[in-house]
Amino acid sequence: MKATLDLRRVGLGLVAPVLAILVAFVVTSTVLLLAGDPVVEVWTQLLTAPRPRLVVAIINGASVYYMSAIAVAIGFRMNLFNIGVDGQYRIAAFAAAVFAGQGWLPGPLNVIVSLLIAVVVGAAWAGIAGWLKVSRGVSEVISTIMLNAIATGLVSFLLFRVADSTAGSNVTNTKTIPTSSQVPGFALVPGTPNKVYGFILLAALVGIAYWVILNKTRFGYDLRATGRSETAAVASGVNVKRMVLTAMVISGAAAGLVGMPLLFGQDYSYGTTFQPGLGFAGIAIALLGRNHPVGIAFGALLWSYLEQQSNGLQITVGVSSELVFIIQGVIVLAVVIAYEVVRRAGLRMEQRKVARQLSDQPGSPTPEGVTV
Amino acid sequence: MVAPAVELQGITKRFPGVVANRDVTFSVQRGTVHAIVGENGAGKSTLMKILYGVLRADEGTVRVDGKPLALHGPSDAIDAGIGMVFQHFMLADNLTVLENVVLGAENLHGIADRARAEIERISAGYGLNVHADDLVADLGVGIRQRVEILKVLYRGAKILILDEPTAVLVPQEVDELFDNLRELKSEGLTVIFISHKLDEVLSVADSITVIRRGTTVATVDPKSVTSRQLAELMVGSELPSASTHVSTVTDRPLLAITGLTLAGAGVRDVLHDITLTIHAGEVLGVAGVEGNGQAELVEAIMGMREPTAGRILLEDQDISDWHTREIREAGVGYIPEDRHRHALLLDAPLWENTMLGHQTESPNVKGVWVDAAGAKAGAERILAEYDVRTPSIYVTANSLSGGNQQKLIIGREMSYTPKVLVAAHPTRGVDVGAQAAIWDHIRRARREGLAVLLISADLDELIGLSDTIRVILRGQLSAEFDPDVVTAQDLGAAMTGADQREPGAVADDPGTRHTEAGRETHGVEDGQ
Repeated sequence: MKATLDLRRVGLGLVAPVLAILVAFVVTSTVLLLAGDPVVEVWTQLLTAPRPRLVVAIINGASVYYMSAIAVAIGFRMNLFNIGVDGQYRIAAFAAAVFAGQGWLPGPLNVIVSLLIAVVVGAAWAGIAGWLKVSRGVSEVISTIMLNAIATGLVSFLLFRVADSTAGSNVTNTKTIPTSSQVPGFALVPGTPNKVYGFILLAALVGIAYWVILNKTRFGYDLRATGRSETAAVASGVNVKRMVLTAMVISGAAAGLVGMPLLFGQDYSYGTTFQPGLGFAGIAIALLGRNHPVGIAFGALLWSYLEQQSNGLQITVGVSSELVFIIQGVIVLAVVIAYEVVRRAGLRMEQRKVARQLSDQPGSPTPEGVTV
Repeated sequence: MVAPAVELQGITKRFPGVVANRDVTFSVQRGTVHAIVGENGAGKSTLMKILYGVLRADEGTVRVDGKPLALHGPSDAIDAGIGMVFQHFMLADNLTVLENVVLGAENLHGIADRARAEIERISAGYGLNVHADDLVADLGVGIRQRVEILKVLYRGAKILILDEPTAVLVPQEVDELFDNLRELKSEGLTVIFISHKLDEVLSVADSITVIRRGTTVATVDPKSVTSRQLAELMVGSELPSASTHVSTVTDRPLLAITGLTLAGAGVRDVLHDITLTIHAGEVLGVAGVEGNGQAELVEAIMGMREPTAGRILLEDQDISDWHTREIREAGVGYIPEDRHRHALLLDAPLWENTMLGHQTESPNVKGVWVDAAGAKAGAERILAEYDVRTPSIYVTANSLSGGNQQKLIIGREMSYTPKVLVAAHPTRGVDVGAQAAIWDHIRRARREGLAVLLISADLDELIGLSDTIRVILRGQLSAEFDPDVVTAQDLGAAMTGADQREPGAVADDPGTRHTEAGRETHGVEDGQ
């Protein structure tokens, strides 16, 4: 019984993203046709198997996106829209970079303490929005957007103060992390010297923790209940205000980790070139992956794949790589609609099924009859 | 022989997986009140929607005045002279009666003096006592309903469908409505009246059609049947009754509330100086017109609202400033008024629903971890013991019928060793079968020594189940009524304040009977 139900549910779950990707394919092709661009060549470029060097880049990009999407998903599961992952990861990465660059602690210990700092700073920054919502009723959407702007300004301002400006360069960076605290990568992909971030393990850990906390703990139950029906959660004894604050803080803590693979595995400092916009990608990926740790992993890979594969478009077929934003945008729009359509269809299917199974039972079942 | 006003023949309507109506056949004579009765879910509403053109029948014909009618939408029905008064009023509060009536029918009599004259004419002609320039917000439930009727008449309806019109009324208003219906009938209009309250149907209808499981089982003459026979036609089996038999009331107070006050936004308190005691084995029923403080009383007890003053004692512990979760853990079971909003996670599987509200209690959790195996075993047990009809514990709560959802909720609340059960409208919107089961469970709770606070709008249910009845009016509790001697009329009078008693005055003698509470009806305008 359970197995069949779950299979059906998985099937239903797959329908929506597949539909969304198809819609994106059609819309993008139409755009290309209207613009008079070579449709076939564009898709050939996008769909040929990536070179090993690109495979590494895709995996690395995905691991960062993954954590960002998980941070967003924590909020989503409670109907909280943490738009502020973007600001949270940047301010956290900056704080961790400043600390790690000092090299006050030896090797791995430096890394661990820096991670803790990132978590605390991200949590605190998100906590401001949580506190405003709980105490003043400020919508978290508004406050996190504001906090993003503030974080951007604050980080630029502070970066200028602590910058370790190398002579002859206009790039502003924090001090480079000592070699002993740089996290080595894994040579997972043959055929390229490039390595996969060591912190891909951190991303996996975050995903597992997300799943376990949400599905296996009392706290996770309360959180999901609040997301499904706040009124029912209140009546069941959930302290919703505390829950909002806690969820926001945890989401921020996860957001704090987003920049860590970049910091410790690639850039080794925080500077003006540190990758921006991860938080917004996280929102899209969380929607696409339906807040599920595995779904999000696929979403993150798809995002990263599209981005890396589109890099060559300009050179090979003469089409701007910004095309990929159209694809991504359409996917997100389509997936939101498709999920709702599929959800309703699923509900109807289930109600029909329950009605059918009950009418198949002869007469009214005795209590013993229903016991499984 | 004149053709019947409405004639339905062989109406069948299928929804995916269910047949809502099967071969429904009956006819309604002009100038009569024809009642359609059946339990919830029997298919009454579907049938009326077909007649009003909201849904289309898969098979069968509808004839009006002998002419077959193709209904593609409500406008076709209106053109054919069919009007419908829905259970939930569709009036804009901040507009006047006139504005509400002409809304959407502006081209009939304009929007000003001609319309006003027409409204006054209809109102006077049928004794509706509706005034065109009253603001709807100031009107009570009874008058609002008459405005709805007037709206339909204004659009030229000769056949009126009333969907459960008495559900929102107190007994005095029901009498007024019935007077109106007789007036309409005498003017040659035809009324189709949907209900499941049998005594009402027997008193007003000229003819009764019984629907069971989507099909018409009989059309009977109200003069020749008793309400019991009618009910048996509806259910198709022996009927349960709400009475509780032997008293199990002890002298051990389990829930004692003293001086409970909840300040409101305006000058008047939402709850004012509420004092009540429920003993082990006692069911205390609270009657009242909706919106008089029942919901707030329940929320204050459950810790969802902070009382302004007063104490709530559970046994000998003051729980008035406890949090909801602590109150639930201490043994207060809670059946909320609105099960979809407050008692269920509709998208979650049943086994997650049977732990809702008890997600800190065994067998659902071990320490900080959810014990899924324990919770699922608990769910299986609750569903079996409380006869929740479902194929498995993995389907979502959304896929169950209302009665099964409610049985699940009651089973859940009874399964974690409660001392007190707070039940708000436990049988609202469930079918007769589930209602009987729910009554049984409340009786069992009482036998097992629980203190039960029963809030209900169904006076028969209150009289049948309660050991003591109090009436709540404008946030204050009335004297105690003895359910063995009190009548629905007495309670109705107290609910509207028509009994001229000082509300909140507690009689010394719990057996006080409110005699001759007064037939002069005031409506509930001041009770709102």
